[in-house]
Amino acid sequence: MEKRITFSKWSVGILFAVPQLLLIFTFFYWPAGQAVFWSLTLQQPWGGGNIWVGLDNFKSIIANADYWNSITISITFAAISTGISMVGGLILAALTDRQLRGSKIYRVVLIWPYGIAAPAAAMAFRFILAPEAGLIAVVNQWWPGIWDPGLDGNAAMACIIAAFSWKYIAYSFIFFLAAFQAIPRSLIEAAAMDGSSVLRRFWDVQFPLITPTIFFLLVINITESFQDSFGIVDIMTSGGPHNSTNLMVYKIYSDGFKGLDFSGAAAQSIILMLLIVVLTIFQFRFIEKRVHYR
Amino acid sequence: MSKLKNCISAVAAGVMSVALALPAAAAPTKFDFWFGLSGDLERVVQTLCKNFNESQKDYEVSCVSQGNYDAALQNTIAAFRAGKQPAIVQVYDVGTATMMLSGAYYPVSKLMSENGYKVKWDDYFPGIARYYATSKGELLSFPFNSSTALLYWNKDAFAKIGKTAAPKTWEEAAEDMKALKGAGYDCPMAINISGNESWQLMEQFSAIHDQPVATKNNGYDGLDARLTVNKTKFVKYVTDLKSWYDQGLIKIKSKDLGQDMVQAFASGDCQMIMTSVGDHGSITKTQKAGMAWDVAELPVYAGTERKNSLVGGASLWVLSGKSADEYKGAAAFLDFIGKPETALFWSTNTGYIPVKKSGFDFMKSSGFYDKAPYKGREVAIASLTASEPTPITRGVRLGSFTQIRAEFGNQMQAIFANKVSVQEGIDNLVKNGDAVLDRFEATYKGKQLP
Repeated sequence: MEKRITFSKWSVGILFAVPQLLLIFTFFYWPAGQAVFWSLTLQQPWGGGNIWVGLDNFKSIIANADYWNSITISITFAAISTGISMVGGLILAALTDRQLRGSKIYRVVLIWPYGIAAPAAAMAFRFILAPEAGLIAVVNQWWPGIWDPGLDGNAAMACIIAAFSWKYIAYSFIFFLAAFQAIPRSLIEAAAMDGSSVLRRFWDVQFPLITPTIFFLLVINITESFQDSFGIVDIMTSGGPHNSTNLMVYKIYSDGFKGLDFSGAAAQSIILMLLIVVLTIFQFRFIEKRVHYR
Repeated sequence: MSKLKNCISAVAAGVMSVALALPAAAAPTKFDFWFGLSGDLERVVQTLCKNFNESQKDYEVSCVSQGNYDAALQNTIAAFRAGKQPAIVQVYDVGTATMMLSGAYYPVSKLMSENGYKVKWDDYFPGIARYYATSKGELLSFPFNSSTALLYWNKDAFAKIGKTAAPKTWEEAAEDMKALKGAGYDCPMAINISGNESWQLMEQFSAIHDQPVATKNNGYDGLDARLTVNKTKFVKYVTDLKSWYDQGLIKIKSKDLGQDMVQAFASGDCQMIMTSVGDHGSITKTQKAGMAWDVAELPVYAGTERKNSLVGGASLWVLSGKSADEYKGAAAFLDFIGKPETALFWSTNTGYIPVKKSGFDFMKSSGFYDKAPYKGREVAIASLTASEPTPITRGVRLGSFTQIRAEFGNQMQAIFANKVSVQEGIDNLVKNGDAVLDRFEATYKGKQLP
């Protein structure tokens, strides 16, 4: 029989949990509660006072066309960049797992981009994608004016998606590779002896076995694309041109910290939190059904 | 018993205050100064602080750069809410309305008179002082790094089209741009249209044409002021800029595209730009070798009686809740900054203009403006003092003005990308800007600008 360690008194258990509870309270519940309070008031930035306004902050945000634009482009950004990161990471990991020549080097090199901070990656991509001086400037020599992220919103969006995906392909790669390597070699060898091709082995053996990882990465990538995109937007586009890259997380920053509208930013961050919660619940409710853990 | 207790605590307090006072007499009083400049300018500020610390023994200022103006204000607010604010903080021009309503400052005019400094407040250039003063004319903060916008023009390129002077009117400028284009110059003028350029394109333009940016005398007379730029000459200006852009006479240059307009001018790629006199120094340092260029006042439309341009830059605010000793130190520091010799040091090393007439006169008499690298900077003073400030050329005093500037950038980009017409874009700017002003007024319900 398994032996369980139990405490005779529940108070001892609580005592051990106190440090952890305190940490969670100080760094999560208290700030979150503060944000809820701020979102229901109008806060003077210098702390001179506040006025209770109920749900007015939320109402004015929801009535604002710019905010809906921000939600739309955030979801677009999340969908495209998650797609690129996961497909890119999956293909690279599958190839690396096949132990082709040099795969040991690729295994190390492909992980690096995730180690680079988002603003640094953004700075590099700004130089690469600059229409006049960057590597991409050739394109404008062939077709003048075709690439202009300074005025063309879609081009600017492409810029931030490129920088974000570059970083998150590496992140996805780490997990996919680990998942591939956890699959017993014997399964793949058996399939190979039965005469199945590389692609068939991938779809029928490997892919079903890594669905838990795919699901995990889907949740993480979508969540991160809502949050970790901040540094990239800040360095590359500052939300422009004409709001076409003003993602929700960046709008919170610019309204709250640059514009000193703490209450409006608090309300926006609560909406963002709810949106991520809803998306995650949705994924667990509907997509997880197709995942085979064992 | 209670008497005994009182007695003991009184003695204890006495001992403590002696103990506190003793080291204070030996060591200088320390206080903090936070500022928003970085890079080269940060080093100049640090030298200024060092000079102050070495000039006397009673006070020691510790100067800390916060990286940029936004961060300086954000960090100061966070520090103030935690009770750890610096004694002096540098706040940019557009933060003035927010500061005035914060209740977090100690008025400098009060500070200086309480500490026995006689400041001749009328020595400040009125165009500079009015920006930071109450509607009654009392200065609440100390003007520090000040600039104004100028037209930079390439003399070599203008010589090719047979001109020896910068255009004075926009009509003339349009002709010059066409001539420059005809002479083979690809980029007669460079502009940028982000939120930062609201300063020269909207605010400075409106001031020199005596056009309001907002009602209630640009916000000086109340928090219920609302934007009005969709009904002024500004609409015509944007229409013209857009048509010049469409004709290829104006190019957009920004850091995000690989080359900002200052670099474009310094490298000789673009022949005219409108930017701060503060860039005079960096253009001198980075210009293409041998390129001849000069500065002039911004053009106006023909038939306009030119008014004074607006001051840009930042002022120094003394924050409330510090000790009397720290205030003494702060007053001494501000007095040091106000000296003509400091003005000369500051302007030589940065490109910012002197803020006082005495400083300007001192620099003029010491021959500063005759020497080659600094020649031309006096145009900034001429532009700032082109007229007595009218009620709407004192400045722009609107809450959350940073957000309004950002909205300016958004709508200009939409206009230049042909997403909206000029009038639609500026109407949107007014509509969205007014929503920001509504929120600001609601946040400070019942409060008045001083």
